[in-house]
Amino acid sequence: MATETRTTQGAPPPGGVSFSLSDPTFRAIVYQILVVGAVVLVGWFLISNTLDNLARRSIATGYHFLEREAAFGIGESLIDYSPKDTYGRAFLVGVLNTLKVSIIGVILATIIGTIIGVARLSSNWLIAKLASTYVEIIRNIPPLLQLFFWYALVSDGLPPVRQALNPIPGVFLSQRGLRVPVPAPDPVWANMGIALLVAIVAAWGVSRWARARQARTGQPFPAGWTGLGLIVGLPILTWLAGGAPLAMDVPKLTGFNFTGGGAISPEFFAILTGLTLYTAAFIAEVVRSGIKAVNWGQTEAARALGLPSSPTLRLVILPQALRVIVPPLTSQYLNLTKNSSLALAIGYPDLVSIANTTLNQTGQAIEGVTMIMGTYLVISLSISIFMNWYNKRIALVER
Amino acid sequence: MSQAMSQGTKPKHTLSGEEIIRCTGVNKWYGEFHVLKNVNLSVQKGERIVVCGPSGSGKSTMIRCLNRLEEHQKGTIVIDGIELTNNLKNIELVRREVGMVFQHFNLFPHLTVLENCTLAPIWVRKMPKAEAEERAMSYLKRVRIAEQAKKYPGQLSGGQQQRVAIARSLCMSPKVMLFDEPTSALDPEMVKEVLDVMIGLAEDGMTMLCVTHEMGFAKSVADRVIFMDRGEIVEQDTPDAFFSNPKSERTRLFLSQILNH
Ligand SMILES: Nc1ncnc2c1ncn2[C@@H]1O[C@H](COP(=O)(O)OP(=O)(O)O)[C@@H](O)[C@H]1O
Ligand SMILES: [Mg+2]
Repeated sequence: MATETRTTQGAPPPGGVSFSLSDPTFRAIVYQILVVGAVVLVGWFLISNTLDNLARRSIATGYHFLEREAAFGIGESLIDYSPKDTYGRAFLVGVLNTLKVSIIGVILATIIGTIIGVARLSSNWLIAKLASTYVEIIRNIPPLLQLFFWYALVSDGLPPVRQALNPIPGVFLSQRGLRVPVPAPDPVWANMGIALLVAIVAAWGVSRWARARQARTGQPFPAGWTGLGLIVGLPILTWLAGGAPLAMDVPKLTGFNFTGGGAISPEFFAILTGLTLYTAAFIAEVVRSGIKAVNWGQTEAARALGLPSSPTLRLVILPQALRVIVPPLTSQYLNLTKNSSLALAIGYPDLVSIANTTLNQTGQAIEGVTMIMGTYLVISLSISIFMNWYNKRIALVER
Repeated sequence: MSQAMSQGTKPKHTLSGEEIIRCTGVNKWYGEFHVLKNVNLSVQKGERIVVCGPSGSGKSTMIRCLNRLEEHQKGTIVIDGIELTNNLKNIELVRREVGMVFQHFNLFPHLTVLENCTLAPIWVRKMPKAEAEERAMSYLKRVRIAEQAKKYPGQLSGGQQQRVAIARSLCMSPKVMLFDEPTSALDPEMVKEVLDVMIGLAEDGMTMLCVTHEMGFAKSVADRVIFMDRGEIVEQDTPDAFFSNPKSERTRLFLSQILNH
């Protein structure tokens, strides 16, 4: 109400100013000043109003509440967390959970989307039809419904904990999600990780050396097999040297739930599956149109040279399709990340859900919302910057 | 321009008599449309053939059947002893031995000139990269464009791109080269540089089938000119006989149109 009167007050009566309003430059400046003025007024009104309200409810502004004890539990976390920890740490748990579902989701959606996009172009009628049916169905159901579907599938479709399905010894499927045995803690695992890294670096070195040697002498070297041997062999040797520990941390039913082992919660399963399959349908369309954008003459030229279909796709079509694909792919990645806030609806503790709990408990709504916006902004900008860099790298050199 | 080309005297070489292409009763339809009607064609090793005819007469379709870019529905096509059927292995074998140059070049725009030329030797012939590059450079020299090896196709003129496309095909050491109107997408001043490369190839004894309207080229290098109309081979003869004494009325009409414009 108040904003309306304030903004209209500043507007000049039409044609009533004696300055030359017929001069377009002058007119543009006047309009810009008016718009900026209106924005400042509205902003000032909102802020002063809010400060008033906060003062009346005696809520201190600022981010000091982040150091206070959170006093609420979080279902799953990548770092140690207990209700005794601070709101700040709780928020970090939420950020990490969002990143976890976003990163895994982006990778899986890209793989599935690419496969389905290529399948849609298959000359096999059945494969093409299945792929396009998938895309049509998934794209036309709101993502929130899909999350509910996957969540219901686990929480209503699977038996309660006490009658958990036990398809393989040690593996349990129940309403509480999936529990699998994981190797018991042992220093050898860390060493194997290091060995794997060393092996990857060594394999990379070998392949570079082999390529250089082949270019020099024409002698091919089985760099692929050597690399594979290194990557598989070195960690196994480390494991043997570490005494070949076989102890597993097997999940056990204690009381009302399992303890031990590795777990995938129904919430995480639902949000990951839902977002991945939903985004994959869009990525499939992006990939399909990218491939179709490559001139058919490119395929013919590759065929005429005797290239079989798989190297044709990999070496000729996809590299060219990528430059059409990358910009819309970026927005799909951003969508997936932003859609992860739907986690709120099924109780996966992502950053929105935790910030929401926090601002309900503390009343620090503005701070909470700015933190959510800030985090999404950082994630989105990082994705955009990376994708723009990649897009530049693969851009074609034109005259 | 075609007059100037015909000045060049060609050594009428003797052919080995060894057959490399044989089409027997080849028919093809696009839906209802009968695009190739009972085409019979035999090409010997080292033979240089020019295919001409009005637009839409099926010239492209015919030569594209020879490397299975198009599928024929009736009759047999045998290339270097291999019959073209649905057998993918055979198709790939034939494509290795048959190079093709397109009207619109179809170079790979994301690869450099050199990479365009080494792609197939490395991935199809499993040639070491260094050797493939060395051979590519020698063919690029031959089409007089070696100094552009590190550039991308988008940075070259049409004539230069078409010469790269020829070098790219040659890098596979094909036994036969197919040309589908290689100069018709070029600006007039670039036609000659491409034709010169093709003449050089012909003089080196490459087996060539060229769809082209460059009658000067036909007169100076072709062993045989084939005239197609409405999906049929109407007439085929040596260039001398073909141009001076065409037998069919359709050929005469076509020649009068193409030579007097
Ligand atoms: N993919 C296709 N589908 C249907 N008709 C086609 C197709 N390709 C070519 N044609 C038709 O076949 C005829 C012969 O084409 P083409 O071989 O390209 O002729 P030319 O090369 O002699 O100009 C033309 O009438 C053309 O319209
Ligand atoms: Mg044509």
